[in-house]
Amino acid sequence: MVLQSLLKNCLQLSCTLRTPKAGFRSTTSGGLIIQSTSNDVYQNLAVEDWILDHMNLENRQVLFLWRNSPAVVIGRHQNPWQECNLRLLRQKNIKLARRRSGGGTVYHDLGNINLTFFTTRKKYERMENLKLVVKALKALRPQLDVHVTDRYDILLDRQYKISGTAAKLGRTTAYHHCTLLCNADKFVLSSVLKSPYKGLKSNATPSVPASVKNLFEEDPSLTCEMLLDAIAEEYATQHQTDHHITLINPADETVLPGINNKTKELQTWEWVYGKTPKFSVSTCFNMVYKDSFLDVKIDMDIKHGRIEVCNIDLPEQWLPPALCSELVKSLTGSKFCPNETTTLVTTLLRVCPQDNELHSRWNLLCENMIMLM
Amino acid sequence: VCIHRVRSCSSIRFIKSKYVCVFDKSALKFSHQQRLFRTSAVSCGQIVQFKLSDIGEGITEVTVKEWYIKEGDSVSQFDSICEVQSDKASVTITSRYDGIIRKLHYNLDDIAYVGKPLVDIEIDASKGVAPEEDVVETPPMSHEEHTHQEIKGHKTLATPAVRRLAMENNIKLSEVVGTGKDNRILKEDILNYLAKQTGAILPPSPKAEIIPPLPKSETVPAAPKDKARKIPVPVSRPIVFSGKDKTEPITGFHKAMVKTMSAALKIPHFGYCDEIDLTQLVQLREELKPLAQIRGVKLSFMPFFIKAASLGLLQYPILNASLDESCQNVTYKASHNIGVAMDTEQGLIVPNVKNVQVCSVFEIASELNRLQSLGSAGQLGTNDLTGGTFTLSNIGTIGGTYAKPVILPPEVAIGALGKIQVLPRFNGKGEVFKAQIMNVSWSADHRIIDGATMARFSNLWKSYLENPASMLLDLK
Repeated sequence: MVLQSLLKNCLQLSCTLRTPKAGFRSTTSGGLIIQSTSNDVYQNLAVEDWILDHMNLENRQVLFLWRNSPAVVIGRHQNPWQECNLRLLRQKNIKLARRRSGGGTVYHDLGNINLTFFTTRKKYERMENLKLVVKALKALRPQLDVHVTDRYDILLDRQYKISGTAAKLGRTTAYHHCTLLCNADKFVLSSVLKSPYKGLKSNATPSVPASVKNLFEEDPSLTCEMLLDAIAEEYATQHQTDHHITLINPADETVLPGINNKTKELQTWEWVYGKTPKFSVSTCFNMVYKDSFLDVKIDMDIKHGRIEVCNIDLPEQWLPPALCSELVKSLTGSKFCPNETTTLVTTLLRVCPQDNELHSRWNLLCENMIMLM
Repeated sequence: VCIHRVRSCSSIRFIKSKYVCVFDKSALKFSHQQRLFRTSAVSCGQIVQFKLSDIGEGITEVTVKEWYIKEGDSVSQFDSICEVQSDKASVTITSRYDGIIRKLHYNLDDIAYVGKPLVDIEIDASKGVAPEEDVVETPPMSHEEHTHQEIKGHKTLATPAVRRLAMENNIKLSEVVGTGKDNRILKEDILNYLAKQTGAILPPSPKAEIIPPLPKSETVPAAPKDKARKIPVPVSRPIVFSGKDKTEPITGFHKAMVKTMSAALKIPHFGYCDEIDLTQLVQLREELKPLAQIRGVKLSFMPFFIKAASLGLLQYPILNASLDESCQNVTYKASHNIGVAMDTEQGLIVPNVKNVQVCSVFEIASELNRLQSLGSAGQLGTNDLTGGTFTLSNIGTIGGTYAKPVILPPEVAIGALGKIQVLPRFNGKGEVFKAQIMNVSWSADHRIIDGATMARFSNLWKSYLENPASMLLDLK
């Protein structure tokens, strides 16, 4: 046993190379470990798509290691309005991405590592992968109390979630990916993952909130690099391959032809917001105008991220009915998006009667409506 | 290429049925609780029930989350049919058949069961059927699959793209270890072979992914031997363009623009154009740019154009007015809220700088920076986008000289600025010198503004810009 670990250490010392290569190293069997040089969530998600579509995993399995700059990642069938504080995301310039796998919403930053296990569909086995991760963690820090639950979460001290899982199965290949919290910003995490939007009714997959903890809090000597290394080593051992991590650049078309199109697709509004399952918004808000309080009731049906049906209930004659119906007509078919709505309502104002009173009422109503988005 | 493909298709059918029998046996080894489909020819128009195949991990039920097709759609083998979800796993279900979708057995958010019918597909009798187990691991680049099967007779298995890569690098395929199925040689194997040879990875030629026409020596003739093997020569074939028209509804912001522009059309426009010598201004800006930079502001030419316009509007306030709907009253606006046309992903938006009449050039520049960054982030607020009284459009940043801008109601005038060009001009002494020339094109509402007013305003604006020091005299 001791000899084996000594040998392992030797291998680790001599073989932990991270050489950038334009192609993939061929091994007759076993695993290939690749790491992304990019921190862009869209580029990294595109790599997963690319491998799913283009790689032959019959004789080889792949482990993909990646980290992202601050981003919120929602599951394939989720509703971003339900899952996170979109206003805060926009303010803080945190990206929003929709991944192709199922599951719930997570927050990524550079203190979180992502692991993707690629196999053929037949060899898809999530429990095995998570056990591998736990084994690696325990090898690194034997005193860590980490275990896998039957919901495919990894818990620290039986209480705190440090890893969440999701998976995607394609025609012949599949991947299982999971997060691992090393040193993420928990404050930002909890504030962005709290949705302020009321009155949403949807069949989208809901997230299950959980208390989280960073591994760093348990052991301040841990870094993301160490975790990545430990997991790569365990993977290499289990797949009888050498502990060699190939770096890949997710923008390189020569290595990953067609990758930039995949990256672009993941960034389109149609994918991020437009793929939200049909939902409805039914809410009311009050506005203070001069010395009066007004109650406004809004009902909207949103399909493919666009307002399919819109109903605004205002106190009578507060706005000329013609104007009101013009607003509703213009909003119908429009994206449920604050920017789109802002430009729409301000443009419409140009063809309204030029009355300051009217304009301030219109602006007040529209600003409140935009807050819903 | 078209013709070539059709031929390969017909020859593949022949080979495929042989192939399929081979794989049925191996499928037996791998099947779990799956029933095998007989791949004999199906009679025309037969409805086949496509069952939901095994997801793995012992999962028996999933939720249908999205349909990619609807009843009546025609579908090809490997096309995506729907997306189902089970316990954090999202699965794309692809079609095993070519045919027409006749029935969807589930609605969105219904629970679907593994082994039970998912959709009914009416099969086209002339086409074959994929075997139960997925035979080919490469993605639905069916051309590649067909050619692969075509040359199965050879000892070394490799797709034409891989063969070409090997040929280009003078590599004998027999010397390369194949890591694909059945020892098939993959592109990575060629790259690795090269790496070992030269110690560096050569990037594959960018066209390696495009399947080239097969070189004569490598084509294996399909079943009937008298079929001539020809390299496709695209000379006398009619050019087939398979693009389709795409119609989409006009929604949201674009709908609003339609309304605005239709209203603008009702305004009787007249135009007035001129050229401005910006030589002195260019020099001034060069001097002031670093000063603004120190204060954290990027200084372009626009702040100067905007301030000069405001100074001009003080003398010709009719250009900063608004005509009511009935054309009975003119309202002279006190604030000079000068709009700046911005090109964003969405299209044209016009935020405005408020109260330019009391702003310094630096303050205008600072405000422009703020509007520009909000504009590119898609975060402009209603206040920034409303209340404009006069607009400048710097189309010259994209290009062009003279333009015919359209007035944005409820305003009465607009100016379009062309690009700055270095042109030869005569100076006071009759000498030719290099001048920085920009063209301006004004449009105004002829119901309340006349040509003379526009001309005089333009001349005043021009004089401020051609001799920037003169702006100092009138600054408040």
